Amino acid sequence: MISATKDYALELCNVSRRFGQTVALDVVSLAISPGEIICLVGRSGCGKSTLLRMIAGVDTIDSGRVLLNGNEVSGPSTFVEPEKRRIGFVFQDYALFPHLTVEQNILFGLKDRPKQEAADRIAYVLEHIGIAHLSARYPHMLSGGEQQRAALARALAPQPDILLMDEPFSNLDRGLRDRVRDETLSLLRKLGTTVIMVTHDPEEALSAGDRVVLMKSGRIVQTGTGYDLHDRPINPYAAEFFCAFNKVPGVYRDGHVETAIGRFARQLDAGEGSPMTLYIRPRGISVSREAGDISGRVKSRVFLGEVEQLTVLVDGLEQPLQVRTMNRLPPGTEAVGLTVLPDGWLTFPPA
Amino acid sequence: MTSAAQGSYRRSAGSRWLIGAGAIAFLVMLPILALVMQAVQGSAGLWSHLVSTILPVALLDTLILLSGVGLITAVLGTTTAWLVTAYAFPGRRVLEWALLLPLAVPTYIIAYAYLDILHPVGPVQGAIRWLLGYSSPREFRLPDVRSMTGCILLLGFVLYPYVYIPTRAMFLTQSASLVEAARTLGISRRAVFWHVALPLARPAVAVGVSLALMETLNDIGASEFLGVRTLTVSIYTTWITRSDLPGASQIALSLLLVVVTLVAFEKWARGKQRYSTGAQRNRAFEPRQVSAGLGLVLFITVLLPIVVGFAAPATYLAVEAWKRLEFAGLSARFLGEAFNTIVLATFATILTVLAGLLVSYASRLRPGTTSSWLQRLSTLGYAAPGTVIAIGVLIVSATADRFIDRTAHAWFGVSTGLLFIGSGAALLYAYTVRFLAISAGGIDAGLARIPISFDHASRVLGQSAAGTFRYVHLPLSKAAITAAGLLVFVDCVKELPATLLLRPLNVETFATRLYGEAARGTYEEASIAALSIVAIGILPVIMLSRMGRNGLRP
Repeated sequence: MISATKDYALELCNVSRRFGQTVALDVVSLAISPGEIICLVGRSGCGKSTLLRMIAGVDTIDSGRVLLNGNEVSGPSTFVEPEKRRIGFVFQDYALFPHLTVEQNILFGLKDRPKQEAADRIAYVLEHIGIAHLSARYPHMLSGGEQQRAALARALAPQPDILLMDEPFSNLDRGLRDRVRDETLSLLRKLGTTVIMVTHDPEEALSAGDRVVLMKSGRIVQTGTGYDLHDRPINPYAAEFFCAFNKVPGVYRDGHVETAIGRFARQLDAGEGSPMTLYIRPRGISVSREAGDISGRVKSRVFLGEVEQLTVLVDGLEQPLQVRTMNRLPPGTEAVGLTVLPDGWLTFPPA
Repeated sequence: MTSAAQGSYRRSAGSRWLIGAGAIAFLVMLPILALVMQAVQGSAGLWSHLVSTILPVALLDTLILLSGVGLITAVLGTTTAWLVTAYAFPGRRVLEWALLLPLAVPTYIIAYAYLDILHPVGPVQGAIRWLLGYSSPREFRLPDVRSMTGCILLLGFVLYPYVYIPTRAMFLTQSASLVEAARTLGISRRAVFWHVALPLARPAVAVGVSLALMETLNDIGASEFLGVRTLTVSIYTTWITRSDLPGASQIALSLLLVVVTLVAFEKWARGKQRYSTGAQRNRAFEPRQVSAGLGLVLFITVLLPIVVGFAAPATYLAVEAWKRLEFAGLSARFLGEAFNTIVLATFATILTVLAGLLVSYASRLRPGTTSSWLQRLSTLGYAAPGTVIAIGVLIVSATADRFIDRTAHAWFGVSTGLLFIGSGAALLYAYTVRFLAISAGGIDAGLARIPISFDHASRVLGQSAAGTFRYVHLPLSKAAITAAGLLVFVDCVKELPATLLLRPLNVETFATRLYGEAARGTYEEASIAALSIVAIGILPVIMLSRMGRNGLRP
């Protein structure tokens, strides 16, 4: 159990929230250390954005507690208003006030500071985020990337204890998105900011955060590093969220999962003869024109540049196998040999 | 709402706004409640007396008037809307917004103007006699405008824009592909109106007609000048000439019943309208080019309601006003009336806009069943005729005045007299109750355009709910608030029945002066006041036409 200590920048203890019949958050607990960058990931409607709004205090919780730096901000008898929480928030639509310039937008969060201090702070933030030349512009005069940076500057200017970002890069074009994300995250790391970032993009979640929190239907499925979630998912949902697996039915016998395409050795905590499903990564299969462990026939191929995606028919399997390979097969290749690599597969009991 | 534990998790922000909205809803409901109490106090004998004497005539006259005005406004509004949407002819762009102009002429002013224009010795009948070679009104005269038919026609010609606006909006949103589909299915261009456009626009027509009928129920001047004894007129005379408050309250409640029916009809029609506009969002309807001859015919057809409903009475008023000015100049009395009118309307506008802000903002801060009910209750007054609200406010104010007077007398030995009614506070109260829906509706529409993430951003950046309102919502919805205020201001200037019943002793506004002169038969005396009302009434018409082709409901 989590205990209230100052060691954590943020603690959520058994937080629940429902909207009518929908359970948006179902007894969620999470602790975040100062300086950590957390990626909340899940499909739309999983409760990740609701969680951010609860933390910011722009929405309430039904039960549980929220603590910031060890102080309760939401609880059975406490509710700290959002303006008193020292939180920064970058919204998905940026929510830049259209009637204010970039500079005035940033000043908005510094209203309670002495004039000179606020001006210094604005100059510092503008400089650091590299938008000093945009300070006099209105939001509608900025490009998407510039708006994103202005929103970030505004959120960071009051020196919040924790920065919340709701899909902050989803409104940017693909090429721009990667660059802005890299810049933003390296800046946040340099500043040592504690960040919770919401995303629905699995790749972004894996690459951006120190820790990834995968959510489903208002619950946390798995928490860990990107490697943990991708390489060691604890259940099929987590596995399939980050990778489109080939699924092959099998049976556990004698320390092996036995399937139509061979026996795969792994010690499992499962009864003899119990059914297991093999989850094989498309890039966990090597393919060549020479014979392999499995022989197959290429049904179709899609060239993606770096890799090629092959659909390979295998005798005894209902579904063809999806294979990703960097090897170039000559055009017209039909018969291929496949080998499942040792780290290319996982196994779970069938759902 | 779901679990008992939630009570302890409730947050404080917005609670004060919600309480404020609750107070406003209560104040709006109070006159209606007072009306019911007062009506119940009247003896059963009184009610049966009313049922046997006044009510049958008043109810019948009201129903005939409503049916007639409904028919005329529906025909005029739909026809003009279709002609300016479906056909391209010279002058169409001007007519499109000029068709709104009759909105600037209150019902009592059109009646007042036409009583004189169509007078047996007036300009029109004189011209006809001259043309036909008659020499005196005894040889030839038109049917008297002072009749039910005259009243229906005149009200129809100033109220048709209520139908024109939503119907034209509906025609414009009907996609071109719908019409093209109808034509490929073998329907001729002319038949498109009957088979496609009209059925789709029916809900819009219904909405417009019910709004026009609410205005008809509110009217007191026109019906009275033209000798039609409607429920509204009966309420007024029951109170003014017979000082019978329970009787007036009972008639007012019967009138409210008619209003409730109308509102239910309007809600039903609006529901259908939403359904049928949601489906299409396509290329706009392309008007058809017509020949010069047909164009001229169309131009004259569409011009007719504008001439009857606006140009003729406005010209008449301008000429008469000019004559008065030449003859006597601007009297001190006129300036006093102008001052009263503007001061009363300004204070009422400020109150109404503030109340509207409170109600709208409370439901933004605390969305949910409570706030939406409070909003609905606060805006009930839009449908209630001014007379009904005035009688209700009268009862409330008189009670409050009596109580304050007695208390002051007992404690301090001074008499405060009629504090609320004497100061005009009662009148401002009635204006606010009646026009709160206009202000809250306009402000709501303005606030709805501001994304909710702006609220969150402002809160997170350190502003309280009130600060967010001041620094974010207010600057961003300034235009909507101003527009709502303008509409309320103009409606206050035009409002006759409530002003007539609740104004402090010896305080005259443009509207009451006009009414008084017309009642005495000295029409031209008030022409400057009437012209001023029409001039002020044009302001929202300009605003509506600038809002572009998707002009909203007035």
